[in-house]
Amino acid sequence: MAPLTVADLRKSYGGNEVVAGISFALKRGECYGLLGPNGAGKTTTLRCCLGLAAPDSGAITLVGEPVPVRAREARMRVGVVPQFDNLDPDFSCAENLLVYGRYFGMSDAAIRARIPQLLEFAGLGGKEKTSIRTLSGGMKRRLTLARALVNDPDLLILDEPTTGLDPQARHLIWERLKRLAASGKTILLTTHFMDEAERLCGRLAIMDAGRIMVEGAPRELIKSQIEPQVVEVYGEDAPSWAQAEAGAFAQRCEVSGETAFCYVADAVPLLDHLAARPRLATLHRPANLEDVFLKLTGRDLRD
Amino acid sequence: MGMRLELSPRAFAVWRRNFLVWKKLALPSILGNLADPMIYLFGLGYGLGGLLPQVGGTSYIVFLAAGTVCASTMNAASFEALYSAFSRMHVQKTWEAIMNAPVSLDDVVAGELLWAATKATLSGTAILVVMALLGFVGGPLALWVLPLIFLAGLTFAALGLCVTAVAPSYDFFMYYFTLFVTPMTLLSGVFFPLEQLPAPMQLAAQALPLTHAVALARPLLLGQAPDSMAGHVAMLAGIAAIAFVAAVILARRRLLM
Repeated sequence: MAPLTVADLRKSYGGNEVVAGISFALKRGECYGLLGPNGAGKTTTLRCCLGLAAPDSGAITLVGEPVPVRAREARMRVGVVPQFDNLDPDFSCAENLLVYGRYFGMSDAAIRARIPQLLEFAGLGGKEKTSIRTLSGGMKRRLTLARALVNDPDLLILDEPTTGLDPQARHLIWERLKRLAASGKTILLTTHFMDEAERLCGRLAIMDAGRIMVEGAPRELIKSQIEPQVVEVYGEDAPSWAQAEAGAFAQRCEVSGETAFCYVADAVPLLDHLAARPRLATLHRPANLEDVFLKLTGRDLRD
Repeated sequence: MGMRLELSPRAFAVWRRNFLVWKKLALPSILGNLADPMIYLFGLGYGLGGLLPQVGGTSYIVFLAAGTVCASTMNAASFEALYSAFSRMHVQKTWEAIMNAPVSLDDVVAGELLWAATKATLSGTAILVVMALLGFVGGPLALWVLPLIFLAGLTFAALGLCVTAVAPSYDFFMYYFTLFVTPMTLLSGVFFPLEQLPAPMQLAAQALPLTHAVALARPLLLGQAPDSMAGHVAMLAGIAAIAFVAAVILARRRLLM
């Protein structure tokens, strides 16, 4: 049984189609990413999957249960880390876990037995009595992750799990998520951090304007969607150079401010050409997921 | 989802969450809820009561005691269902967190309803104890005021939750108090017998839930069985049931889109 299947999901708000017919399925034990700029429909998709928003059409099966009809039963075996922390500020770390476990119908004794290992996993060992108000952003995020695991779920859904965290805190979350994946949990996460998706996700879908543009393993997508080499060209003259000369050397060239991004199969002729132009600085690197993302979703700002 | 209510015993887990928060600050909460009604009772009861002959067959302060119990129940339940529930729904996003677990929005609203009524009962009990100690209570029938407070608490909590479900911000609650709660306090027989009002206003007062709570509490506090008890209870329970369903529908419209 697939942990989650979504078939032709559609959802509109006030005539605006936020999710415009998407389909995807998670395999047991994989980490699957939904990537997309702000407003791509990621959070709405998750809300529909959890039965918290009624789809206009489409079929969702979550841990074997049809959603939204049996969403409550499905959520028994799902853990959720929401985009914004909503821990209970009036409670200590342990009380947050205790109260949350009760929502799953767990006995106090069963929850209390799990609290030390959950806090240990979250790097909050011994902080049972610590008030939420004194925790850092990273600690709160980890406690939210621990809270999502209180019912030992089969599927973990995370909405932008590391947004707003410093690099140290992000790496710690990634390490914990890898551990969970290794222990057999299925993970669905949304993100707009490409490094996060590349590190964590076995497969991912890039969404924009309510549609899935491409789906696949990160390496495969980079291989299939884009030229393998990127030469970034910087400098005041870069835009005019790009317009006049880049076409002779690069399959594709995009200009953003004073930087030209040249996508090439073979970088050597371009680099030779640029070596004779000291006013242009260059950076040569392999193509990455961000290049794929920007190619598919464009460089325009999203609000 | 449909219009069918999706209720389960998990609503009780929501109640327990709120109770755990309250327990941390139980004493200040009870004392805080005690101060306001006591000031009314003594200020008006002795101050104004001294100028009056008997009211409704008793001293004015005893007459006022029943009204004070009901008005403070209304206030306690309303504040909890408005300000506190709004914090949990809108500011802290506690409801959202709960709904990611296998708890329905209907359960959350039901848990909030039961909790607000419970909190009103907890502070109402404290008021009743003080009144008994001061000798304003006429007999053991007065113990029936406790389930009455719980019922009235449900009624006012359900009404409050309807307002919370549509409130854009805390400021919105001012309208509810100035346009509904305060006029009701003056027109429901809290401070003076309803018979003092012109006939059309007496009739209008019958539509107000507080009128029915006061009509039950006053004889009970004197140790007497109230007249037409079933009618008053049915009115309070009916308003509570209708307002609860309305609150669920409004909350779904806000949160489950």
